[in-house]
Amino acid sequence: MLDKPRDRTALATGLGWFSIGVGAAELLAPGMLARLIGANDTSAARKTLRVFGAREVLAGALILAGPRRSVPLWNRVLGDAIDLAALALAMRDREASRPRLLASMVSVVGVTALDAITAVRNARQQVTAREPVIESITVNRSPQEVYAAWRDFERFPRFMEWLESVRDVGNGLSEWTARLPVGGTISWTAVITEDRPGERIAWRAVDDAKVPNRGMVVFRPTAGGKATEVEVEMQYDVPGGRKLGALFAKLATREQIDGDLKRFKQVVETGEVVRSDASIHRGPHPAQPSAEVSP
Amino acid sequence: MKATCWRGKQDVRLEEVPHPHLLNARDAIVKVTSTTLCGSDLHLYNGFNPTMEKGDVLGHEFMGEVVEVGSGVTNLEVGDRVVVPFPIACGACGQCMAGNYSCCENTNPNAAFAEKLLGHAPCGIFGYSHLTGGYAGGQAEYVRVPFADIGPLKVPPHLTDEQVLFLSDILPTGYMAAEFCEITPEKVIAVWGAGPVGQFAIASAKMLGAERVIAIDRFPYRLTMAVEKAGATDVINYEEENVLRALDELTAGRGPDACIDAVGMEAHGHGIQYAYDRAKQIAKIELDRPIAVREAILACRSAGIVSIVGVYSGFVDKFPLGALMNRGLTIRTGQCHVHRYLRPLLDRIERGDIDPTFVISHRMRLDEVAQAYDIFNTKQDQAMKIVLQA
Repeated sequence: MLDKPRDRTALATGLGWFSIGVGAAELLAPGMLARLIGANDTSAARKTLRVFGAREVLAGALILAGPRRSVPLWNRVLGDAIDLAALALAMRDREASRPRLLASMVSVVGVTALDAITAVRNARQQVTAREPVIESITVNRSPQEVYAAWRDFERFPRFMEWLESVRDVGNGLSEWTARLPVGGTISWTAVITEDRPGERIAWRAVDDAKVPNRGMVVFRPTAGGKATEVEVEMQYDVPGGRKLGALFAKLATREQIDGDLKRFKQVVETGEVVRSDASIHRGPHPAQPSAEVSP
Repeated sequence: MKATCWRGKQDVRLEEVPHPHLLNARDAIVKVTSTTLCGSDLHLYNGFNPTMEKGDVLGHEFMGEVVEVGSGVTNLEVGDRVVVPFPIACGACGQCMAGNYSCCENTNPNAAFAEKLLGHAPCGIFGYSHLTGGYAGGQAEYVRVPFADIGPLKVPPHLTDEQVLFLSDILPTGYMAAEFCEITPEKVIAVWGAGPVGQFAIASAKMLGAERVIAIDRFPYRLTMAVEKAGATDVINYEEENVLRALDELTAGRGPDACIDAVGMEAHGHGIQYAYDRAKQIAKIELDRPIAVREAILACRSAGIVSIVGVYSGFVDKFPLGALMNRGLTIRTGQCHVHRYLRPLLDRIERGDIDPTFVISHRMRLDEVAQAYDIFNTKQDQAMKIVLQA
């Protein structure tokens, strides 16, 4: 079963309201606050506190607007750093109360730690369901032929370069192994949920997959019926904190699927994946024959 | 093997590179016997294409002998003498089936990148930047030819390399430019650029029955060749006269019925507009200098045809769209669908309708390629077409 991330927005919400509270005090009673934290209550100090107050209120509002996001919390960490720098500067003033300033700095450091912890936790919790990626291509063959080529899952690694292998184990089940960008592999089992020859195939990963995913491909004849429009919809859910899943999800981008479809078209239409002297290498490479690469 | 490598702006060198391998079943390896420099190679040479990598092997016009074939190539054998079209086409996609080989949907492995710049991707081309796939080119001792069962044309032994080499690009390109003009005897055709493609456009227009063909250039030796060899009936040297006024006079105010741009993105011109375009091109605000095509549009008869075979790569401005729209002009353009024209033009060469060797000005060795580029770029020594023997 896919474990659902528990709702952990309470801490972030608390920090958001805290930010707004501090900000309001800085804006409305800067003189009182200056004395409380131990700074010399000058007009310059009041002005600075008002500016900081506005920042705090905004930072708080941003957190409350998206308590699951980590960027607003990192924004607060940045603000904390500015506060600490300002407090350190205030120490230079002879009129200031050093013990009070020190105590203020200790409290800010504490809050900073809390902000950072919440930010990191939010980042780990993030992204549960992603938008499905939809890509399409026209293949110069009949829907029946294109369907047959797609239904032959075991041939997928030919044009999906990130797949290591696919094994059709019968009964609509297939075992998939993908290569991860950092090395190593990840495997899951998929089940066909709909199979209409010449029209559509739908599948999903079975329940205990590390990478919950589902997809559908639809084959439609073009106007005039000479070729086939292939439309693929894929969706990958990425459970929080699962590093392999998160890495894998990076593969399921529009660009990747677009490239996979282009190579699928090449294989169906020409019998092979088209290769140039530069394209057989990862990254930029001059267009000249290569000594080390063999087919 | 030795190959012509691009090293930077106006820097090409013959370097030692690995021998090509078969990468696909439908590949062949061709041992180059003759190759040549194309005007469009100069765009790369002069650094106008931003998708070049240092070390790219140049050259898209070449022919030679088949020395290795993949298991999927059944129509060629080792030892066959072939001329190879510059566009790489699969022969199976919708565009190839429709005869639009240079729009092949499958042969550009960098299609996704090309789509960002051009909307949709053009085909792969030998030795012609990474925008067209990153294929090693033919100014080399050996070339890997993908889809060798679709492109290469076997040539009969009684024809020399020089007679058939230009089937790889410029003869079909010039011919296609003329074919676009829907020529009938009474149509007046004007051709901007009397370089090798312009010469073949003029010769093709005559071959297709045009009575009057006007050549426009600034080099007297090119204009002389246009008249004496290609069959132009009139010439305009734009350094001596105003082209629009001269065309008006030559056509009694109608304008040419069809105008061919055989110049492209590095057009030369005069005055403020030229300085403006050149400055913008250097600053990379405008990729192409569209002086010839602007003039061709303004000159063309209302409801006439503007045929563009000069190469452009990006964006232009001050484009006379108002003239184009209000006067009902038709633009026809494209990289040449060489595969379409190979057989018919080979027949014409065999029949003696055209002898393409008239454009050859220099015969050099592949070893001298760096010097050849310099001569061709600066048009030293009345340079027209330089053939390199590998």
